[in-house]
Amino acid sequence: MSGDAAREARADAAAPSPYLAHHFPSMAAQLETSKLGLWLFLGSEVLFFSGLFTAYGVFRANHWALFHYAHHFLDWRMGALNTVVLVSSSLTAAWSVRSAQLGDRRGLLRNLALTLVLASVFLVVKYFEYSHKLHNGVGWGAACHPSAEILASLPDAARALPVPRDLGVFFSVYYVMTGLHGIHVLVGMGLYLWLLTRASRGHFGAGYYVPVDAVALYWHLVDLIWIFLFPLLYLIG
Amino acid sequence: MTPAEAALAAPAVAGESYLTHRRGVRSWLFTLDHKRIGIMYLALISACLLLGGVFALVVRLHLWSPGGALVSNDSYNKMFTLHGAVMIFLFVIPGIPSALGNFVLPLQVGAKDVAFPRVNLLSFWLFCAGAVLFVATLVAGGLDTGWTLYPPYSLESSRGLGILLALSGVFLAGFSSILTGVNFIATIHRMRAPGMGWFDLPLFLWALYATGIIQIFATPVLGITVALGFLERLFHLGIFMPEYGGDPVLFQHFFWFYSHPAVYIMILPAMGIVSEVVSVFSRKPIFGYRFIAMSSIAIAVIGFFVWGHHMFVSGQSRWSNLVFSFLTLLVAIPSAIKTFNWLATMYKGAIVLKTPMLYVLSFFAIFGVGGLTGLFLGALATDIPLHDTYFVVAHFHFVMVGAVMIAFLAGLHYWWPKLTGRMYDERTGIASAILVFLGFNLTFIPQFLVGVAGMPRRYATYAARFQGMNRLSTVGAFVLTLGLGFALYGLLASLRRSGARAPANPWGAATLEWSAASPPITENFAVPPLGRRPYDYTGLRKVSDEAGWVGVEEGAR
Amino acid sequence: MRPTVNQPSKHGAGEPAAPHVMSPRALLGTAGALLALTAFTVASSRVNLGEWNVVVALAVACTKATLVALFFMHLRYESRVQAVVVGSAVLFAVLFVAFVVFDTTQYQPDIREAAERIPAKAP
Repeated sequence: MSGDAAREARADAAAPSPYLAHHFPSMAAQLETSKLGLWLFLGSEVLFFSGLFTAYGVFRANHWALFHYAHHFLDWRMGALNTVVLVSSSLTAAWSVRSAQLGDRRGLLRNLALTLVLASVFLVVKYFEYSHKLHNGVGWGAACHPSAEILASLPDAARALPVPRDLGVFFSVYYVMTGLHGIHVLVGMGLYLWLLTRASRGHFGAGYYVPVDAVALYWHLVDLIWIFLFPLLYLIG
Repeated sequence: MTPAEAALAAPAVAGESYLTHRRGVRSWLFTLDHKRIGIMYLALISACLLLGGVFALVVRLHLWSPGGALVSNDSYNKMFTLHGAVMIFLFVIPGIPSALGNFVLPLQVGAKDVAFPRVNLLSFWLFCAGAVLFVATLVAGGLDTGWTLYPPYSLESSRGLGILLALSGVFLAGFSSILTGVNFIATIHRMRAPGMGWFDLPLFLWALYATGIIQIFATPVLGITVALGFLERLFHLGIFMPEYGGDPVLFQHFFWFYSHPAVYIMILPAMGIVSEVVSVFSRKPIFGYRFIAMSSIAIAVIGFFVWGHHMFVSGQSRWSNLVFSFLTLLVAIPSAIKTFNWLATMYKGAIVLKTPMLYVLSFFAIFGVGGLTGLFLGALATDIPLHDTYFVVAHFHFVMVGAVMIAFLAGLHYWWPKLTGRMYDERTGIASAILVFLGFNLTFIPQFLVGVAGMPRRYATYAARFQGMNRLSTVGAFVLTLGLGFALYGLLASLRRSGARAPANPWGAATLEWSAASPPITENFAVPPLGRRPYDYTGLRKVSDEAGWVGVEEGAR
Repeated sequence: MRPTVNQPSKHGAGEPAAPHVMSPRALLGTAGALLALTAFTVASSRVNLGEWNVVVALAVACTKATLVALFFMHLRYESRVQAVVVGSAVLFAVLFVAFVVFDTTQYQPDIREAAERIPAKAP
């Protein structure tokens, strides 16, 4: 919105980029400021997730056996698959920045679209995981009553043990951590959709690629969080 | 065209006051101008102060007699909870940074706006939404948990809807605070006027910078706390509720990891205002500039690691108690550095006793007491008997009201000519400053005394022997209210058509905002300014009361 | 005496250097390293190392995170401010987690002791 008004107001000026906001002296200053703002926001996100890692740490420290037992309910192959998917999407996201910087419009569109597709693959896998658990009564907190079927599918060592009383606490932590991460993935998909429509109208190029860069940084953070969630939840439980 | 675009496309006159260059409600609600956003924040925050003040008066009237004089015990619990929650989340935390900071920060760095004007507007709207949710808790049966919202009570009490609304309100207000912090830090880093180095920043900006660090890195933890509380309440996660295997002490860790640094979100900008005013009204460069600047950063950083002192009697381990007690006492060092530097600034200065300076002098007295009583509470041995008594209530009111609100009033009077282009009436201002100081001390000194004698906080009734002190405190609350009424009247009366026009620089200050017009034009400065030394008064000369002060450059022209 | 108005310098809104474009080799190399580390962390979790499993998994995760930050997020080529921002965020987060986990392990014995003193509720 400010762009339109500012553009009209500056019609007679030395015609700088139409994407330069009125309060910046140059595109470079605008880019640097935007990047700093985004990094600050990412720092904030790190602290946002730190609360969940704290909750994880506290319950794991106090209920080590419970966490070990519960992690057998998670399929590490699904987790590993999603790790590969997210790492690949980070690659395409980083490549989209490169394409934009070089003014390669086709490459930009291809990488943005690939990132979007990989993000949806991630969520589809997540959907199968969630629905499998919920179908078998593995809910969060007080709502965790695993079915005989899923208990039978556990490895032998775990099957021999009684179901611990507070099993739901692990799954509360699991659902909240992966759920909040999933919401971030959804937001990221919305952002990539927005980037795609703008890129298809030719908004981005070597002179102006702040949004591509910013969304990619956000997307890498989503990847980073998952890099920690995967081993903590699926592998070492 | 969206309404927002329509509002912005309305004809704008370059070089005209930001207040008048566009008209209509939409031109305010959808504005990207940091000055208008600051003014809207100011209006909203003042309304919240009024609301929280009404709750406070109900609490004080109820405590007129030992058995409770006014409302039922249940309503009393709601009143003190909402008083705390509204005052903290909607007045003291956002007060100085969002209202005055938003207005002043870009002017002081010599920029046209904050780094991200749209984010700034979004932050305002989020804050509005948060405030609306808080008011909605009133309609939804109220909230009686205390502002700290401790589980298990908060997550199992019958007032489910009120709790959920309050948690959502806190989340939105917190998000708004994060965005403000991002904007401030990015602006200070990247948009300083040419020639303005880090040590040419006015100290108010160092304070806002330190505040921004806390807003960005501590507030998200509050966000995740209330989000988890929300889910726990709805789905019984078993993270905070012992009934389902959760840990209520974990909630306290989460909550105070934010809410203690939040105290520094409140006090640091207040200290920033004091640093500006004390130098200008002593007509002397600030003493120990770098020490004051760096102590702001030190307070922000150390402030992250003292949260456990709220949990000395919560079942926290004794090792944590020890560490947190030690770290808490460390905060006293940078705070004392600031105080001594302010006093040294006044030493042999030509002190001008105008309203902002009077407020700042009362800040010194009250902050001194508030800070020193904090040491009693930070030290383990003395905290345990004093915990949850009125001593704590008096201590934090000395800091949050006595220091922060009074500094807010100092800043409001100091920048009022810049905000509105009008001079407030000096006599009314001085009367307000004196009444606020007297009323404040009359309200809270008795609370220290009853606290030491063992009167517990949060109860609707009290032992008969505390009646005299409680009545003094109630009378004090009304004197304080009267003082605030004077301040409000003095400021608003200046907006009448006949109000005195303010010159660009009525105080002879050297920071950049005073080289802009009063009120500033929409672009802030007709010519982008260069950085200058913020407390160097050598080039300034007073023309007259009406024309204010001019600098060497203007004088020579 | 120092002049009141400072001379414009590289302070303030200076012109930053041209942005860094990541080469395909660096991008693919980073992605390859991340995938290899993923395989390694999965493999290491299949071997029982006791509490060391956690240490290995976290060490690998931190390495991966560093790679993502340095190359994908081109932190390596950014101004130092960005690194300070993200560094302090991580530092605050780590201290937060560490402090709370330390505290909780310290007060568990108190809880157990208290629980023993409280008579069990009738069913």
